[in-house]
Amino acid sequence: MREIELSLNQTQKIRLQRALDRLQSLSSKSTSNSSVTVADTIPVNDEDGILKGHGTLEVDSEVVATVCGVVERVNKLIYVRSLRSRYKPETGDIVVGRVVEVAQKRWRIEINSNQDAVLMLSSVTLPDGIQRRRTPIDELNMRNIFVENDVISAEVRNGQHDGIWQLHARSNKYGKLDRGQLIAVPTYLVKRRKQHFHQLDKYGVLLILGCNGYVWVGELTEAKDSMEVDDVNESEKSNAKSSDQTKLEENYTALETRENICRIANAVRVLSILGFSITVEVILEMCELSILLNLDIHDMLGAEFCVTVAEKEAVRRSL
Amino acid sequence: MEFVSPEGLRLDGRRPLEMRQLRAEIGAVSKADGSAVFEMGNTKVIAAVYGPREVENRAQQMNDQALVRCEYTMANFSTGDRVRKPKGDRRSTEISMVIRQTMEACIMTHLMPRSQIDIFVQVLQADGGTRSACINAATLALADAGIPMRDLVTSCSAGYLNTTPLLDLNYVEDSAGGPDVTVGYLPKLDKVTLLQMDSKLPLDTFESVMQLAIEGCKAVANYLREVLLENTKQLEYRRGS
Repeated sequence: MREIELSLNQTQKIRLQRALDRLQSLSSKSTSNSSVTVADTIPVNDEDGILKGHGTLEVDSEVVATVCGVVERVNKLIYVRSLRSRYKPETGDIVVGRVVEVAQKRWRIEINSNQDAVLMLSSVTLPDGIQRRRTPIDELNMRNIFVENDVISAEVRNGQHDGIWQLHARSNKYGKLDRGQLIAVPTYLVKRRKQHFHQLDKYGVLLILGCNGYVWVGELTEAKDSMEVDDVNESEKSNAKSSDQTKLEENYTALETRENICRIANAVRVLSILGFSITVEVILEMCELSILLNLDIHDMLGAEFCVTVAEKEAVRRSL
Repeated sequence: MEFVSPEGLRLDGRRPLEMRQLRAEIGAVSKADGSAVFEMGNTKVIAAVYGPREVENRAQQMNDQALVRCEYTMANFSTGDRVRKPKGDRRSTEISMVIRQTMEACIMTHLMPRSQIDIFVQVLQADGGTRSACINAATLALADAGIPMRDLVTSCSAGYLNTTPLLDLNYVEDSAGGPDVTVGYLPKLDKVTLLQMDSKLPLDTFESVMQLAIEGCKAVANYLREVLLENTKQLEYRRGS
């Protein structure tokens, strides 16, 4: 019922339909008919005791779904995995979020969840990289680390009894993200995996697939201990450049990298339009395909490329 | 005026117990968490749901349940004569409240404490029964947003004109000034969450008219369930394993 919003011509329509039909037949082979909607009864064996999980409710000794989704059974536990819903944090998830408020000793981060998450000052690495107790001076300098509307990456630390989730960014790989694009996709399209940070050296791009459905595509910068690197550079160049120029250089992203960022970001957008699950492998495949077809970056969002991707996906999954 | 012809047909050619054609589409607003378009004949309504999200006004935050808000508006072009100020009049405020209460009754708000859910419904074409259409659209949008609900609340109206109970009144029948019963119904739990009536009806006729409206609700619920199931299956197979 959810139509794909593309302006397709007749041939493309038929090709897309055929690809989607193929996907449907492929998925119906592997999974039995276990989709439910709100207020559907879930058939259970009453003899063995069952545990009702998320998305279920007991009405008149029947188990009834409360969300639309897929019924999952793990031993005695029965729950409904909802598809389109907000992000539910789990400890250890890698998320991308936006700072909404700088408060006392903490930042409030919007992570596409029921409530904003909290990042404590004590759970970030300070710019100087020294482990120490946070002083009131650090508190005053919090805006030097993150300010409102900054995009950051972090890891989910733990949930508190009042439902607020804490994040931590206690590693060099977490922290502020700049020079890139943030794309919001439906949460169910991003799977939890071992790796969410992907350094695509070939394109000079850093790709972060946040578990919360926020995808970051940005420039791949060298390790964050930029201070040391700077020192070396400056001594080498023997102060030939004025500090203004070096600063300019720091803020400059090569045209090629910017194009690559856009290309990868558009690949993510196409996947989200089509509703296919988003993984690095597929994204890279799509980028290569678009380069192979000699497509301009803006043409990637056009109907033709979407249809091609859908066909490719059908072939890929049938392997 | 004659609303039911001697042949037993209504002004728009329906039988007294016949509903208008239903059409529903999920995912009309891309930025929303859940959205739907719902049509009953010429009545067309769009609904968008945002949330559960952080409460905007801290003072309204509740520690044991979610805050549900609803805003009903009529587009300027929705009626025959163009309305200048479609928002904020008494009628809109009242319908907003009615929809909010109906939806709040079926959303499991205790599962999402300290958050808020915003429901926006807008009438794109008004041809009677906008209240029912809005509730149905809001239900679809909430289900699309993955918000846990006790049941799919559906709504339908019924009236009594020319000594005949009529299902799903259109604008002309609605403005005849006869009795008009709007029912919100939970089909699984067999409960009524909304009951409104304009004008008067004798008690025994009321029973039959209300029963008729409930039958209408059940028909709507069957249709909505079909649409939702189709949508869920589609999302699942597209995503792949």
